[in-house]
Amino acid sequence: MRTSECDIVIVGVGGQGVILISDVIGRAGVMAGKPVRGAETHGMAQRGGSVINHTRIGCRFSPMVASGGADVLIALEPAEALRFAHFLSPNGVALINTMPVLPVTVTTGAARYPPLDEILAPFEGLCRRAVPMDATAIAKKAGTAQAMNVVMLGALARYIPLKEELILEALCDVVPPKFLDANKKAFSLGKAEVE
Amino acid sequence: MREYLLGNAAIARGLLEAGVGLAAGYPGTPSSEIIETLVDLKGDRPLHVEWSVNEKVALEVAAGASWTGIRAAATMKHVGLNVAADPFMTLAYLGVGAGLLVICADDPFCHSSQNEQDSRRYAQFASIPCLDPSDPEEAKDMTIYGFELSEKFNIPVMLRPTTRVSHARADVETGTIPPVRVGGQFVKNPARRVALPVHARALHTELIAKQKAIEEALETAPWNKLTLRGNVGIIASGIAGLYAEEAIRDLDLEVSLLRIGTYPVPAKMICSMLEHVTRVMVVEELEPVVEEQVERLARIVNPAVEILGKNESISREGELDFLRVRNAIALMQGIQEKAALPNTAAGILPPRPPALCPGCSHRATFYAMRKVFGKKAVYPSDIGCYTMAVGMGTVDTCLCMGASITLASGIRFGGETEGICCSLGDSTFLHGGMTGLLNAAYNKARITVTILDNSTTAMTGHQPHPGTGVTATGEPTVQVSLEALARALGAGLVEVVDPYDLEKTLECFQRAKEYPGLSVVIARQPCVIKARRSGARPRAFRVSEECQGCGICVDFGCPAIEFEGDKAKINNLCTGCGVCAEICPGSSIQEVKR
Repeated sequence: MRTSECDIVIVGVGGQGVILISDVIGRAGVMAGKPVRGAETHGMAQRGGSVINHTRIGCRFSPMVASGGADVLIALEPAEALRFAHFLSPNGVALINTMPVLPVTVTTGAARYPPLDEILAPFEGLCRRAVPMDATAIAKKAGTAQAMNVVMLGALARYIPLKEELILEALCDVVPPKFLDANKKAFSLGKAEVE
Repeated sequence: MREYLLGNAAIARGLLEAGVGLAAGYPGTPSSEIIETLVDLKGDRPLHVEWSVNEKVALEVAAGASWTGIRAAATMKHVGLNVAADPFMTLAYLGVGAGLLVICADDPFCHSSQNEQDSRRYAQFASIPCLDPSDPEEAKDMTIYGFELSEKFNIPVMLRPTTRVSHARADVETGTIPPVRVGGQFVKNPARRVALPVHARALHTELIAKQKAIEEALETAPWNKLTLRGNVGIIASGIAGLYAEEAIRDLDLEVSLLRIGTYPVPAKMICSMLEHVTRVMVVEELEPVVEEQVERLARIVNPAVEILGKNESISREGELDFLRVRNAIALMQGIQEKAALPNTAAGILPPRPPALCPGCSHRATFYAMRKVFGKKAVYPSDIGCYTMAVGMGTVDTCLCMGASITLASGIRFGGETEGICCSLGDSTFLHGGMTGLLNAAYNKARITVTILDNSTTAMTGHQPHPGTGVTATGEPTVQVSLEALARALGAGLVEVVDPYDLEKTLECFQRAKEYPGLSVVIARQPCVIKARRSGARPRAFRVSEECQGCGICVDFGCPAIEFEGDKAKINNLCTGCGVCAEICPGSSIQEVKR
């Protein structure tokens, strides 16, 4: 029996803006009158490490999505997409930013960063649809590479049971006014990537 | 109205709705955002919010305010309660004025901690009631209830969220915020405020006597919920109650469920459950606190009942989650497990451990330290961002806040003859390092103490401390000098150095190494994250064609340096500290003049 209307897992590297995405959709969920649960990574892992956020819309139970239960996996970095791919439901959708952030294990030569096609290949059998996109380049088109997470949010909007107006309203509550125009543009460019 | 709140923000909101007049804490994951949110929300309210020097101080300050008739709270992480254990144990005897809440956030799985101790044991140890929320809304409501309970029974109350409550988010119903009670006054009452043996004995009798009444009051608290359905039962506490409810829904089972949110546990409800079922599973994170009580009560009301828990499929270490609890219940019921999917494909990925930031001055300090003291020297270290430098060979120990200096002293007194250079951060030094330095001076420890002074409490999110000259609420205050403190505590040689200046830092460590007594090196450079936020404009560096590809700069370990082909390259993470340019033997890393 389903215990949540929509389970979303958001992953990336500390500092990429994972929390903003979960905060916006969580707020939008509450505006829609739905119970929302979420779990965040704070503290030590934030210093350049892998981070994972869980957001469950229409849920009154655990704040964490179970392995194999995510309706959407949204990854701000390709290696992190694969690292957390086991969260995807076979019916799920993976939205993947293709711009790598090299971990210090790679820059110091201790480990190898695999080519993008090797990272993306396993998603074929894992989920219903995997959408790779260069969200960083798209964000630059919108005016600032910083809005990469909002490009991904725009793509995510299509796959979650929340009205776009509410997501945009929540975005306005969270983003400083001077960056709002660039962020709205980033949102619509991200949305266009999955249409 | 319903707001989407972080658990810690919900607790802060609860403190305001309870009319708290004072909140004091020391930063520590997962508790830090409680004080931070209070600072954001307090506005003009005459509410005293402070970052205290450590958790013992925070609890004592809160107790003092409570004794003036003002509701007060102290916030800390679980290991902080070890520091505050001294006042905690005796406050149970002395009692409160207005309500006193000890908010102690546990970290099962050590997400950001050196251990995963279970604070419910402390509450039990001190005979202090404990509230164990399962989600942010309960955490907020329990905060308010905790003050009422504290006042009703004249005893401090512990609120014990875990990481998955403090750092969860949920829709929370927020209420109105009453005016803050101000103008408290201390009422003299030696029999209740002076823990002389003659008073303490009587107060201990009183503390034991009130336990029964506390237990009866908690029995009817809304946090304990009993549903009798089948002849198999589940008793689950705190967040495990939520996992159990979800598992029962997922498995579509007819089982009895008792959710527990208070300690002492609701004994009558447990007995009703035990009389109703033939088999019961106790689901709780970490220690078998509830399970022990269930076993005790079963001996009285139903010795035949089968009790499952820590001896079976509920782990005593780490976190529980929905899937673990679901599978434990499924196993008990003979239902197929739902295995966590293996992620074999991820085997090709490079690990991404948390690391010191690009341009972090700790890396530069450790580099120079290691160069001077050498491979054989002993490097006791401490709790902070710098513990992540364990791969640099300059972190040989990490025990608890401030223990670098005292462990170094003991290692020397134990007979170690190699160089000993320990390290700890500025906030850690002020929290728990000062007494150790005093002890090292007094007992003549020949060691070098390095204070990694980035002028903030970086790891927990950049909180101010007495060395920063700013209070929690952003007011200017006295800026305590670390060098003057170190001298006053008896260090013979005290030097301040900028770790970005490699040559001077090497010379400074050399003098400290040669000094025939207790030497202190203060390596001072603001945290790069803070410097960036304050708008510092970095210098730019590039690698010239002359690069020989020797790899010395890459071994330094800064994420801003990578190899492209057979030459080094500075990537866009560079913060312009310039230390790599000083390290490069061929001077091939050069500043780009603008």
